[in-house]
Amino acid sequence: MSYLLTVLHHLAKDLRLEWRSRDAITGMLFFSLLVVVLFSFAFDPTAAVSRQIAGGILWVAVLFACVTALNQTWTRELRNHVLDAQRMAPSPASALLIGKVLANFIFVTAIQLILAPLFIVFYNLHALGPKWMLLLILPLGTWALVMNGTFFAALGLRTRNRELLLPLVLFPISIPALLAMVQATTGVLTGDADPVLWIKLLAGYCIIFTTVCVLLFETVLAAE
Amino acid sequence: MMQPRKIIMMKKLLWLWGAASVAVLAWGTRLALFVAPTEATMGNVQRIFYWHVPSAIMGLIFPYVNFIAALVYLGVRRKSVTAADKADAFALAAAEVTLVFVSIGLITGMLWGRASWGIWWTWDERLTTYLLLWLLYVSYMLVRRFSSTGQTHTLAAVISVFAAIDVPVVYMSIRWWRTQHPSPVFFGGKDSGIDPSMMPAFLWCLLGWAMWGVFILCLRYGLERRRQRIAYNTALRAVEAGLEGNA
Repeated sequence: MSYLLTVLHHLAKDLRLEWRSRDAITGMLFFSLLVVVLFSFAFDPTAAVSRQIAGGILWVAVLFACVTALNQTWTRELRNHVLDAQRMAPSPASALLIGKVLANFIFVTAIQLILAPLFIVFYNLHALGPKWMLLLILPLGTWALVMNGTFFAALGLRTRNRELLLPLVLFPISIPALLAMVQATTGVLTGDADPVLWIKLLAGYCIIFTTVCVLLFETVLAAE
Repeated sequence: MMQPRKIIMMKKLLWLWGAASVAVLAWGTRLALFVAPTEATMGNVQRIFYWHVPSAIMGLIFPYVNFIAALVYLGVRRKSVTAADKADAFALAAAEVTLVFVSIGLITGMLWGRASWGIWWTWDERLTTYLLLWLLYVSYMLVRRFSSTGQTHTLAAVISVFAAIDVPVVYMSIRWWRTQHPSPVFFGGKDSGIDPSMMPAFLWCLLGWAMWGVFILCLRYGLERRRQRIAYNTALRAVEAGLEGNA
């Protein structure tokens, strides 16, 4: 119970900080918007083609946006040695991670809610498969990206070039999740393939990697 | 600290082992190029098999060495500095050997693929998994290089654990992907068994590459241990100089 309370405290703190500055959300939103527009210029797709590629473009845009925002999420804690205080605090370290992941999850979901209508307009989308499945695919995919991304951003804190390091580590690890998200989304949009298998894979990926991140976070936080 | 005589003895043994592995490799290659029968459909092109498959197998064994060393490192990190340093040096050596073997496997595989399928690359489950293994170990090496304090061993060990979990997931997901969209080329014919007359060449090459891998691993481990010792001594001397300056 107290664990849950600690998580909620961390979450509330991150939400309040973001509400006051609105750095992460505006940055991510404009960045992903630019990616969507640029891809639209680059491919100039017709309705049929856009159904094939929109899933990939959506997730690549979200992935890039995540990386730009997640690099900032821990630097915030470095100011005034907040992170050192966190390290010495008696509360479990994983509560800090979970709180931060939840906050980032909320930010990225907000971005997707704004981005989705724009996608439909710019790419002339009309899904042919079961649309309600997107309600499963989007949160699961976002969770997979944000969980690993927050973890590896913390891992990169004590390295040189930490902005560069995050994508270099995060992208290879997320390949199976990315494949599953893109395949499932494309399956829903085109109606050709059944997305259920991919949703299962995505759920499995989320469970496995959330467990590993939670177990290893204390090691990473306390690493010299 | 080991006795100097014992170190010299071990060094000699190591070089002897290296010479033996070169000899075995040479013998295996001779068998592969001149003794083994020419394959029925592919002809002489198939002879790259005798180097490709052993290095590919080694590229799948050494990641486990790295993973186990990383786990040992994470386990003993707080208890014993020497044991942790040893495990870390072992993990680094295994990672570098992995990277070399996976690169050789990828390059020889692409050459072979070009000659027998007509394409350099396909997103087949095995090829993709192997490429991911390569990418993960490159990022492992990058994390070790990007450290600001030279203290990213723990972080690298964490990445090693992630890599060990990620590779099976990718294998599974690509397999699903490919069963939904049939693959343009069929892969895996070699697994259905090779002619017994090809077996000696294959086994000798496998043994040769395994011995060579162990040789490089030990050499690299010794080098890394020596580097650690020098860094430790330098730090110690700096502390002593500081103390004398204060006195």
